[in-house]
Amino acid sequence: MAMDFAKGITEFRWHGRGGQGVVTSNQMLGKAALAEGNYIQAFPEFGPERTGAPVRAFLRISKEPIQVYAQVYNPDAVVCIDPTLLDVVNVCEGLKEEGTLVVNSSSEPQVIRDRFGFTGGKVVTVDASTIAMEVMGRPFYNMPTMAAAVKVTGVVAIETVIGEVLERYPGKVGDLNKVAIERAVQEAKVG
Amino acid sequence: MSVPKDKITVEGLTGDAAIAHALKQADLDVLAAYPITPQTIIVEDYQRFAADGEVNAAVIPVESEHSAMSACVGASAVGGRVATASASAGLALMWEILYVAASMRMPIVFTVANRALSGPINIHNDHSDGMGMRDSGFIQLYCQSSQEAYDTTLMAFRLAEHHDVLLPVMVGIDGFIVSHNVERVEMLPDDVVEKFVGVRVPIQNLNPNTPLTLGPLALTDYYFEFKEQQSRAIMGVPKVYKEIEAEFEKITGRKYGLFETYKTEDADIIILAMSSMGGTAKVVADALRERGEKIGVIRLKMFRPFPAEEIAKAVGDAKAVAVFEKAMSFGGAAHPLAVEVRTALYEAKERPMVLDFVVGLGGRDVPPTTFVDGIEKTKEYLKAGKAPKYETLGVRK
Repeated sequence: MAMDFAKGITEFRWHGRGGQGVVTSNQMLGKAALAEGNYIQAFPEFGPERTGAPVRAFLRISKEPIQVYAQVYNPDAVVCIDPTLLDVVNVCEGLKEEGTLVVNSSSEPQVIRDRFGFTGGKVVTVDASTIAMEVMGRPFYNMPTMAAAVKVTGVVAIETVIGEVLERYPGKVGDLNKVAIERAVQEAKVG
Repeated sequence: MSVPKDKITVEGLTGDAAIAHALKQADLDVLAAYPITPQTIIVEDYQRFAADGEVNAAVIPVESEHSAMSACVGASAVGGRVATASASAGLALMWEILYVAASMRMPIVFTVANRALSGPINIHNDHSDGMGMRDSGFIQLYCQSSQEAYDTTLMAFRLAEHHDVLLPVMVGIDGFIVSHNVERVEMLPDDVVEKFVGVRVPIQNLNPNTPLTLGPLALTDYYFEFKEQQSRAIMGVPKVYKEIEAEFEKITGRKYGLFETYKTEDADIIILAMSSMGGTAKVVADALRERGEKIGVIRLKMFRPFPAEEIAKAVGDAKAVAVFEKAMSFGGAAHPLAVEVRTALYEAKERPMVLDFVVGLGGRDVPPTTFVDGIEKTKEYLKAGKAPKYETLGVRK
């Protein structure tokens, strides 16, 4: 019997590239969970800090204080905000059988399932790159990808996330992110 | 009186940011620092508070850490409330002045995001910097979480400035693991902190109107007496710390002790670790107890002075103490933490086996499974009745 070192904790792992906002969106989701009365840990894996290099970030959410201080090895959810990473990183590594994989991709979920041989849980795809370019005119696809993750995991209410985004980015940037988030929630495909 | 919940500010803060908030509320007179990863956020945030007029302190952006600690000694000598922050190579560059600060009995709060020492260059966590300053005369407090970092920073001013202590205090958090980890932090209202930390009352201070000489030459005639007094002062720290923490607990409901014990009472094997590893160890103890193994944890907070007698008492009649530590003393009889623990237990009637596991150097992750490996080895060594004097875990050999 495998030992459970994360009792009562929901664990996320993020994949992206340096400069794409992995750390920011991880913290944003963490702060939304905090706002809903949870304990959190939101931390990046700091490697060589180079723009474009693969980076990871981790999030823990729990009703009780969190004691464990280590990377996340068996996440409940994996969020990959850069489609090009699917060729580089095994995003399913350690993902729980009943876990959720969220990918910024224009593909159908089944295509992602077949690619990684992931038969469990849920696979969610959202074309966050297109949404970001159409809504914001810039490749800020971290927030729409996060929105798809929030929709499917239900770990926090999407309104709470939008509240955090608007607080952090008051004005036009926040407003556009809100539009992108709402669109991602509509367009995310679960399979 | 405990502070009502609606007066508490809850925020998601990194360990560094939590410390910066504590420094802001502690109403410093002087902060002198030189930036270094992973403590950078502490000084960045504090500089922002200063630029926004939220604090009155003089912020001295010095040209090196040697000067940072020197400026702190000077500011403390005139009676100010003083803080700085550093890590790793920066801390190493302070080394000469660390001894001066402690020997001159200068209250200074020194927050450290503990980080490995070069070489090769490594920005990640271990306790090499803290252990390197072990004998400087600083009080050393290692924190598990961002909340504890906030709380301890506030208490550290009371401890450093207490007239029975008058010593600098290092407050350590694990670099990146806590320094850059956003956690839920409860912060006290400004007026409550103001009342708790009070205003420093210097016992004697440099003042042009009543000239004094501090820290002059003492050779064979008086140097040894300085050291004798310094030694007595630091040995009195636990008593003062407990008083301050009792007061803090009344306000916040939180306390940590010189060390935290977790399920040690009936434990066969006790894991002893500091900082964030102490937290992970508790989760491991829970998981192993579900399998019927009697595992407990001592999470040591105060490394200097080392609470030897209390540790021996807490270990009780456990069969083994498995020390997990993040530093090496190359060629030593054991590594720094295990040396202390073995010494503390030497007088015990039923001396337990003390294992020394070195883990996590240079930020190598220490997952729960590393502790499980150590516990499995400990059980084998208990059965065999002998163990290696130390062992590294989680490294290519």
